[in-house]
Amino acid sequence: MIRKMTFPLGGIHPVERKGATRNRPSTNAIIPSRCIVPLQQHIGAPAEALVAKGDEVGEGMLIGRAKGFVSANIHSPVPGTVKEIKSIYLPNGVRTDAVVIELEGEFKRLGKEQSERDWSGMDGPEILDIIRDNGIVGMGGATFPTHVKLSLPKGRHCEYLILNGAECEPYLSADHRLMVERPAELLEGLRIVERIMQPDHVLIGIETNKPDAIAALQNAVNEAGVNYRVAPLKIKYPQGDEKQLIKAINGREVPSGGLPLDIGCVVSNAGTVQAIYEAVVLNRPLIDRLVTVSGGAIAKPANLKVRIGTPIGELINECGGFSTVPAKIVTGGPMMGQTIYDLDIPVTKGTSGILALTEREVSAAPRTACIQCGRCVDACPIGLEPTRLFKLIDHFEYSEAVADGLMDCRECGACGYICPARIPLIQGIRIGKLMARKTKVPV
Amino acid sequence: MNEQIQITSSPQYHDHLSTARIMWTVSACLIPAAAWGVYVFGLRALWVVIASIVAAVVSEYLAGLLLKRFTLADGSAVLTGLLVGMNMPPAVPFYIPVIASIFAILVVKWTFGGLGSNWMNPALAGRVFVFFSWTGPMTTWTMPRTLPVLDGFTSATYLGVVKTGVTESVGATGGPLALLERVSFPHSNLDTIATDWLNSVILEPLGISLPFGYVDPFIGNIPGSIGEISALLLLLGSVYLFARKIITWEIPASYFLSFGLLTWIFGGLIHGGGAFTGDVLFNVLSGGFMLAVFFMATDMATTPITRKGMLIYGAGVGFLTFLIRTYGSFPEGVSLAIILMNIFVPLIDRATRPARFGVQKAQEAES
Repeated sequence: MIRKMTFPLGGIHPVERKGATRNRPSTNAIIPSRCIVPLQQHIGAPAEALVAKGDEVGEGMLIGRAKGFVSANIHSPVPGTVKEIKSIYLPNGVRTDAVVIELEGEFKRLGKEQSERDWSGMDGPEILDIIRDNGIVGMGGATFPTHVKLSLPKGRHCEYLILNGAECEPYLSADHRLMVERPAELLEGLRIVERIMQPDHVLIGIETNKPDAIAALQNAVNEAGVNYRVAPLKIKYPQGDEKQLIKAINGREVPSGGLPLDIGCVVSNAGTVQAIYEAVVLNRPLIDRLVTVSGGAIAKPANLKVRIGTPIGELINECGGFSTVPAKIVTGGPMMGQTIYDLDIPVTKGTSGILALTEREVSAAPRTACIQCGRCVDACPIGLEPTRLFKLIDHFEYSEAVADGLMDCRECGACGYICPARIPLIQGIRIGKLMARKTKVPV
Repeated sequence: MNEQIQITSSPQYHDHLSTARIMWTVSACLIPAAAWGVYVFGLRALWVVIASIVAAVVSEYLAGLLLKRFTLADGSAVLTGLLVGMNMPPAVPFYIPVIASIFAILVVKWTFGGLGSNWMNPALAGRVFVFFSWTGPMTTWTMPRTLPVLDGFTSATYLGVVKTGVTESVGATGGPLALLERVSFPHSNLDTIATDWLNSVILEPLGISLPFGYVDPFIGNIPGSIGEISALLLLLGSVYLFARKIITWEIPASYFLSFGLLTWIFGGLIHGGGAFTGDVLFNVLSGGFMLAVFFMATDMATTPITRKGMLIYGAGVGFLTFLIRTYGSFPEGVSLAIILMNIFVPLIDRATRPARFGVQKAQEAES
């Protein structure tokens, strides 16, 4: 019996509801007749549009060029004509320009055999260039440009490379399906990242609610004859947070305000590693991704391979539409995702899921005063006292909140999920962070 | 798009527990013990409980009216009223529980800001307030109908008999049960039968013998407050609360351990015995302990928010309960012990703040 690992402090067990999709093989979504491709799908500067209204674009063609180092290229997900460039809102409230492409013409890649690139002779910087050119970003939701994350600063050494297959967000099973269906690709992607980072150890962290994924990757590791370790993790939210994952796997703690590399670790999400494989081996830019479409109000939940830019409404239609009136439509998981009201909002590189939740699933209740139950303190994986922070922020005591660790909060939502008084703790904390920055509270 | 669609900040869904569900569930778990009290003490007990609840609810409503906050649906006022009622002697004049409830809701709860802001357990504060104001009626106990005595016969409680016995006797008392026997405290037939059965079937093969007089307080065949007498039903209610994770183990466990250990080690001294001769079972089953350990010492608003803090708090309540029961001038100590410990809660919270992730390491890296 292998010892199952997890992080020691806090954490919760939110209702999982992954059953609707986890055993269904992923399928390709219908290619939309109109793609809305935002130029800002990542953390950092938005890409610069390279096309104008009326231009013809090919599948996978560069249509937005990264502006600066922390930015990412944007490619056309479909062949067609640029109908317009319009300003849209993303679910997180960011306003960005988006290239609207009407499907037209011939697919360069779709349905054709792909030639494989031999990367065995390449060194790290060469591979990083390929990753950057193909617009790869972190696909777990953070969408940090991958070429930046994998650029090892001079004098730094990477000891642990960790593949994040925790997928701790409830409802979502896209990474799960990816691990079950494409373990060999993941492993090759991992070997590519290993080439770049030169780590001492490579580990694959997967929660034990995905035994088939654990088996598939263990199998792939054995077949490839590499010295990687598959680490089964005890189910606990937020284990997919990279800092919690590192803590679970090797007991190291990323210092407050620091990065995983400060303690010699790099964590990469399963989806990202597979995208790296496609970029390096198949020279394929990031133009599609696996998306879980689920929730009690979705008629036929599924995991779909979706072209970036597909309007969310079309995916919902493809899954049979709404079976009942949804209370919320969420992009991402229910713990950290954002609600939307406009079904024309497109799937972006960071969209891991689309959920239509019923009133019952949301489990809303009237907000009451804090009853001091301490559940939020118990749930916080980084040892904060959310109820205390909330009260401090409520009283404009930003500097005291910062002293109590406000800026360390990663907004995992464990406290907000568990709060019986339904106090919007995370919302308050976000406001607190914003105000602390605005009023220039020293951190 | 649908007009009803909700736009909210994450997390987008929640645990099923809500404040109202917690309060109503705790109330529901108290019902069996309260119903038992009504059964053994008669319908009058029911009116006492109802009067307490109505007074609490009306007070809550008026406070809400004044502050334009309507909080009746959260169930906390009903729970407070129910607890006040369950802490009353069955024959108490009705104005006493009414005043206790009003005091609990208006003075203890709302002057500090209502639900969650009160630092003292409202129901217990209400009880203590009327206890010291009307000590006579608050210490007049009715015999349960399940004991072989005449109707309307009044008596002291188990703890009252012991307190009087210890005060009056010279030399060794022989322990609490001997003191009960000295005043020919009645036992029910059930006590005799069940004790005999336990002894012959389970305990004798193990080499232990249970004296008569423990089954009655376990079932609830003793005089006392309406809702505190049946250890069994309170225990059952608490099992559900544990199962639904509404209460956690920390406070009950540390309260039980600290009170039990202290009673075992030092509880025999006042009876003229040596150390380690205290009667833990007797002390746990009698008085308000069972009601307090699961339902009142675990009140969320007036207990620490960290698990470590809860352990300290429970131990403190146990220590104070032991001290007051054993050496105080009143037989009963749990109410005062809990209220006294409530005072220390902010201090405990401050002393037990959780260790922050990555902070220790950051300091090491700097030095």
